[in-house]
Amino acid sequence: MTFSIFYVFKSNPNDPDEINRMSSAPRTLFDKLWDAHVVVPETDAAPAVLYVDLHLIHEVTSPQAFTELRARGIAPRRPDRTKATMDHSTPTTPADADGKFHYYTQASETQVDTLAANCNQYGIELFDMQSPQRGIVHVIAPELGLTQPGMTIVCGDSHTSTHGAFGALAFGIGTSEVGHVLATQCLLQRKAKTMAITVEGPLAKGVGAKDVILHIIGVIGVNGGTGHVLEYRGSTIRAMDMEQRMTLCNMSIEAGARAGMVAPDEVTFAWMAQTPRAPQGQAFEEARARWSQFSSDEGARFDQEVVIDARDIRPTLTWGTHPGTAIAVDREIPAAKDGAAQKSLDYMHFDAGHSLEGTPVDVVFVGSCTNGRLSDMREVAQVLRQRRIDPRVRMLVVPGSELVKRQAEAEGIDAIVRAAGAEWREPGCSMCIAMNGDLVAPGQLAVSTSNRNFEGRQGPGSRTLLASPMTAAWAAVNGKVADPRELFVEEVA
Amino acid sequence: MTAFAALTSRSVVLPQGNIDTDQIIPARFLSTTERAGLGKHAFNDWRWQADGSPNPEFAFNQPQNAGRQILLAGANFGCGSSREHAPWALVDLGLRAIVSSQIADIFRNNSLKNGLLPILLDETIVQALMQHPDDELTVDIEARELRTPNGDVHPFPLDAFARTCLMEGVDELGYLLLRDPQISKYEEHSHAS
Ligand code: SF4
Repeated sequence: MTFSIFYVFKSNPNDPDEINRMSSAPRTLFDKLWDAHVVVPETDAAPAVLYVDLHLIHEVTSPQAFTELRARGIAPRRPDRTKATMDHSTPTTPADADGKFHYYTQASETQVDTLAANCNQYGIELFDMQSPQRGIVHVIAPELGLTQPGMTIVCGDSHTSTHGAFGALAFGIGTSEVGHVLATQCLLQRKAKTMAITVEGPLAKGVGAKDVILHIIGVIGVNGGTGHVLEYRGSTIRAMDMEQRMTLCNMSIEAGARAGMVAPDEVTFAWMAQTPRAPQGQAFEEARARWSQFSSDEGARFDQEVVIDARDIRPTLTWGTHPGTAIAVDREIPAAKDGAAQKSLDYMHFDAGHSLEGTPVDVVFVGSCTNGRLSDMREVAQVLRQRRIDPRVRMLVVPGSELVKRQAEAEGIDAIVRAAGAEWREPGCSMCIAMNGDLVAPGQLAVSTSNRNFEGRQGPGSRTLLASPMTAAWAAVNGKVADPRELFVEEVA
Repeated sequence: MTAFAALTSRSVVLPQGNIDTDQIIPARFLSTTERAGLGKHAFNDWRWQADGSPNPEFAFNQPQNAGRQILLAGANFGCGSSREHAPWALVDLGLRAIVSSQIADIFRNNSLKNGLLPILLDETIVQALMQHPDDELTVDIEARELRTPNGDVHPFPLDAFARTCLMEGVDELGYLLLRDPQISKYEEHSHAS
């Protein structure tokens, strides 16, 4: 079997740790991914040198890394293992008649041009503004099959955890580390602790992956995962498609975790089989055999275990200024238990003791690397079909990639969105980070399918409620926060 | 990176928990290809009012806090984004150490690469220190301890490797580059070739 040969190659028969590892001691998925990428093992004196299979870069966190490399006279070691896209500061309005894109600021355009120049100089593949495969970094890599089970994947972006949905060890790094990976294809890492999050049972109608992850963060807290890598398991997770698993893993960082992951299975392999960059033919079968080994062994020990009953999960939103302030749509906002919670309430103009249901909404944003995929677009279309959004609401629907956009348009989703009175935009991060001019105005309340509700995240003074695409679209129709389970009551009536 | 020399300073206090990187430096200031000069945007939306004038209530605008190099912050400081612009901005603001009971992983990592020392202490100790921001605190990186003028000694955890890098002012890239033979060997023998 190819996999075991791979391990024999990497083992050192004189190293007692290695022998121990080679024995039958059960290992977690994270242990296996870690072991397979250790170039130099960690010691008390120094962290491990860990090999990086795939390095993703974008315009915002890479320029200073290239500058540093140039200053030291170093060229990228494996430009073939780095892939670049432009997403954060790019406009979501189409190019003008001359094919020119209009950037929010000159600095944004300079950043995008700098990325193109760096990629050009070093032979790094770039999905640029003209590419039919461009999009948000965490949407396009899985779509293209660049993301594969068993890989280590890093990016100067904390939501790199998204790729863990494929059974990869994927995490965000800073710009200095972007430079390290460019120069050496490696990172210095201390091994993280592990946390198993087991979710069991069926999800109710109107409850999706976004509600599951918001609920989990509400349970373990915004710092509950600090120092840990999360593995999501259980029947609820197994029943999820790849896009739902990506939504889930995406927000692992919002619980403070470095990474989140789901062991690959037939659902994963079926996704891989239809991607252009996955191994093809016989090579696919071999890869699949290797990928199948990446799951936690029976009896593997985790540092922490959390069990969640899926039946407890209702449509969930946040009321405060961090993602840990998650509550079910029909539950009351809790009383402030400290100064920080009171500051959150004051910033959001909310009072404890009220539920979010009925709160008037100014802006609805559907998009981002959390919920900008085809299934999210379909969910929104389902709600908006033959309905109109409240005229007081501004709603932006921003596909996560060019491919998502084309597929959605082929299904007529753009027409449904426009007919409902919402805006159908070009792909990018858009209002998730509000760097490109797509802003929520000061004081306005947005229901957003993105991942962060920090003060000012969607523009200075903006107030954000995080929610699923279905909850967001239903809020747009109602002009206020509403329970999406009503949609299914209507269906029956 | 310059070597982390002895540090003795009074502190600035931001007691709030969960201060995220969007507060440390809002995203709209990330449209830069430089790393210098971000200090003026550190805590931008708390520090400057809509008309551009300083918010007199904010700690970093208070005259007695000028020049202080230690920040005492609420738990889970630096949560959120991986932007290294956050420690760049804080270092540019003049800070050299952050004391908190919990510091988010990526931010902590990024700080160490920029000579900004993350100091983890128990919440009760952090709370006690916050009561006396005018005390001259001494950070002894070699002994891995923070000392107060009344003789309290608070040991803090610091990875041996990170300590060496900080003390000698060397960065990790040099260390990694020296591992080239092992990296090449890994590439030959793994599926990574
Ligand atoms: S969509 Fe938002 S969270 Fe995702 S990569 Fe873009 S800015 Fe970051």
